[in-house]
Amino acid sequence: MLRRFRLEEPQSVAEVSELLGRFGESAKVYAGGTELLLAMKEGLVQYERLVNVKNVTGLNEITVTDGSVTIGALCTHHQLETSAALTEKLPALKKLEQNVANVRVRQVGTIGGNLCFAEPHADPGTLLIALGAKLITEKSSSKREIAAEDFFVDAYETALEADEVLTKIQVPVPAANGRSAYLKFGYLERPSVGVAIAFNLNGGVKGVKVAVGCAGPAPRRVAEAEALLEGKSKDEAERNLAQAGAVAGRAAQAISDLHGSQEYKEHIVGVLLKRAFERALS
Amino acid sequence: MARAMTRHSEAQSIPVSFTLNGRLHEIEVEPHELLLDVVRDQLGLTGAKRSCDVEVCGACTLLVDGRPVSACTTLAFEVRGRSVLTIEGLAENGKLHPLQQAFIEHGGFQCGFCTPGMILAAKALLDENPNPSEAELKHFMHGNICRCTGYKKIIESIMAAAKKMRVKA
Repeated sequence: MLRRFRLEEPQSVAEVSELLGRFGESAKVYAGGTELLLAMKEGLVQYERLVNVKNVTGLNEITVTDGSVTIGALCTHHQLETSAALTEKLPALKKLEQNVANVRVRQVGTIGGNLCFAEPHADPGTLLIALGAKLITEKSSSKREIAAEDFFVDAYETALEADEVLTKIQVPVPAANGRSAYLKFGYLERPSVGVAIAFNLNGGVKGVKVAVGCAGPAPRRVAEAEALLEGKSKDEAERNLAQAGAVAGRAAQAISDLHGSQEYKEHIVGVLLKRAFERALS
Repeated sequence: MARAMTRHSEAQSIPVSFTLNGRLHEIEVEPHELLLDVVRDQLGLTGAKRSCDVEVCGACTLLVDGRPVSACTTLAFEVRGRSVLTIEGLAENGKLHPLQQAFIEHGGFQCGFCTPGMILAAKALLDENPNPSEAELKHFMHGNICRCTGYKKIIESIMAAAKKMRVKA
């Protein structure tokens, strides 16, 4: 049983933003509800108003322009896993979306909701950081872009302001020689460790981005691990993977919990980085 | 911290017009009511079960516009304008659906608690992919958990039903 709340059904982003500004912490954006309703059921959060954003048009499209794929925040995981555009341009993201949670969560859960709820044990943020994605946000009269790597502040905390709405996610289309992979590990219902890598194969390994997620409070980019691979030949990069993995593991800010001890998670980060690198090359 | 909720002068009532097992229903719900509670308590269809209550086990699976959802974590008003299928709506004129028949013939259930959700999820799978590989079947059904069977007979039942349904089509 949920506690009573009032339902607001705005028709535009401006209206959503206005409602959030007006009601502050007593209101919350509601889309698929796959994270929010759980937290409400467990009594962890409570709101006087839920702002149903699903009647706002134009936020559930996937469009491809010259250099990027733009994904509406209201796109469901199911839409993303079945998208021809993603299959062609961002296959690593398509594969990730295919494996989010379960078929029922994918059916109604949205990518925007996933990113904004900022549950640590989630997949998309980690890969979007490695792919250099930008998050487009709006409030009543202004827009801004937030780099994915700057979006996740802490567990359940993003860079969004109180009346700010995530509207789109813009992902650059990788170059023809671009390679990327996302691997996750977990045996509980949510992923315990997630690692993403992206680079261009151009003589050597260039433009490397490495991100780790799930193990710590928020997904983060690991520049220190990237430095060990950047500009190296394929073979040299492979030789450095163990050290890069150790660095990335420590950078994950893992804590010991039901998902595993800190040492275990750090170890798994290293394993996944190595495998993700090989997977990206294959 | 919890703080006193504002008392609203009257409860918000949302009219929900939807198709349930092929028939039009018009009800009214408050925003906070969950689909599982409305289906079980208001509409008396108790095939869908509250089990984990956190959308991981699939015992509450219903099909909304042919797609599986966790009724335990769906607000009831969300089915307005849509079609909902429960396990009670699967048999037609007393004739069991091939999936139901297959679960009986192949021993696809023991206690039966997960079974309505299993069968509905399997229906959604076969509607999307009439000839799934075992890997595709397992991926789709990954979110439906069974404590009794060990899954082997469930997979057999679904594959057998799929074969029958392909022959008929």
